Amino acid sequence: MDQITLRVARYRPDDEETEPVLVDYDVPLRPDWAVLDGLNYIKDELDGTLSYRWSCRMGICGSCGMMVDGEPKLTCATFLVDLAPGPVRIEPLANFPVIRDLIVDLTDFMHKLSSVKPWLIRQDEQPVEDGEYLQTPAQLDEFKQFSMCINCMLCYAACPVYGLDGSFVGPAAIALAHRYDLDSRDEGDRQRLTILAQPDGVWDCTFVGECSTACPKGVDPAGAIQQAKLAAAQEAMKSLLLPWRSR
Amino acid sequence: MTSPRRVTPEPFVWLMFSAGGVVAALILPVLLVLFGVAIPLGWVEAPDHAHLLAVLRHPLTRLALFGVCALALVHAAHRLRFTVEHTFRLGRYDPAIATVTYGAAAAGAAAAAYLLLTAFG
Amino acid sequence: MISPLEARYYRRRMPLLWWAHRRSYAIFVLRELSSAFVALFIVELLLLVRATARGPAAYESFLDTMAHPAMIVLNLIALAFVLLHAITFANLTPRAMIVRLRGRRVPSRVVLAGVYAGWLLVTAFLAWLLVAA
Repeated sequence: MDQITLRVARYRPDDEETEPVLVDYDVPLRPDWAVLDGLNYIKDELDGTLSYRWSCRMGICGSCGMMVDGEPKLTCATFLVDLAPGPVRIEPLANFPVIRDLIVDLTDFMHKLSSVKPWLIRQDEQPVEDGEYLQTPAQLDEFKQFSMCINCMLCYAACPVYGLDGSFVGPAAIALAHRYDLDSRDEGDRQRLTILAQPDGVWDCTFVGECSTACPKGVDPAGAIQQAKLAAAQEAMKSLLLPWRSR
Repeated sequence: MTSPRRVTPEPFVWLMFSAGGVVAALILPVLLVLFGVAIPLGWVEAPDHAHLLAVLRHPLTRLALFGVCALALVHAAHRLRFTVEHTFRLGRYDPAIATVTYGAAAAGAAAAAYLLLTAFG
Repeated sequence: MISPLEARYYRRRMPLLWWAHRRSYAIFVLRELSSAFVALFIVELLLLVRATARGPAAYESFLDTMAHPAMIVLNLIALAFVLLHAITFANLTPRAMIVRLRGRRVPSRVVLAGVYAGWLLVTAFLAWLLVAA
């Protein structure tokens, strides 16, 4: 059977390794195999010490993101035949600290995500007896695209601004903040805009646009960031012209 | 993560940057084609001096020209600030780089205002 | 404070020439550099205004300077960058701005067509004002 070489970054701090090394593994090249299947083959048949994250194998859990030949990809949705003849270079997601092998530290992203309050904020919660908050299809369409985010962080790995300055809030978090700002049931726009209008918020973005290119779910975080900039700038103008109105 | 709200000029700079990008995109290509290429190469006859002077003398022209110059310069300053910081990994010097770039844009806008106000006196 | 475990994390840094490693990053840097040529042409424009204000002789000498081959080459390069700016800026507009008419969202293709129509209109007006009128 045809084989393909996976050149996998290994980082084993337990073995006194101070930096990652690339190790070659030959795996079967099957037409229905994604990069993740190749990694599973290595783990099951060749070297059980290889560490990486994965779960659903169908592009919805967002845990198998890695750099494949230098591009941020979901390894479950990137097929080996498209990368033949190889070798295929597999490295941990760029711009994040590496814990071991292909596993990166998510802490920074988790903090950033919660800092923009990506949930429905209501001034007054409606009592449960009053039923759901209703929404028309048109109101759903306003934000639906941005709600497709699966928190896979490929956009952070693609973003040079985040790579250069880790304090930048970053694409997915801003896109999700924007998703709630556009939601007709939400009343938290001003809270979120206040957070996004901070110096480390939206202003660092220079619209490189690579986040949107990298997104496996067709979300446009780059567009969301510019829309959030415009909304934040309008808020800032209002507070300047009508200072008594500000909180 | 509720840090105290900091006052920042970024939104206003960004609005001017965007407006500058729009005016630069709308009006600079045709002016550059005319005065930089077509007229020097003789494809198009240069506007008559008297006609151009009459156009430039009009207060509306001068007001518009000032707006274009000031906004386009802020646009350039903003982009160059981030280009320098990002391409050379100099983000930690942002205060100095921002002062130089926006300062140059402000000086250019002041020079444009002075010229447009006094040259046709 | 970082824990002993975190101290063992491998932290990568962006390479100094990160924008040379990827085509899309390099194109992005070129797009941003277009602003230097925007600023350059603003200076040329102000010199044209000054020459025109100083009288026909100064105006003629300005035109002569612009006709120098080196200036033409410089301005051709500037034109390429200004066009790169104009096209990228126009194409990104529908993503950066949601336009609504009577409460309904205008499709991005229509917004884009509007941007280009506006560009054409301004170009035609300026060409008419300067050389045709």
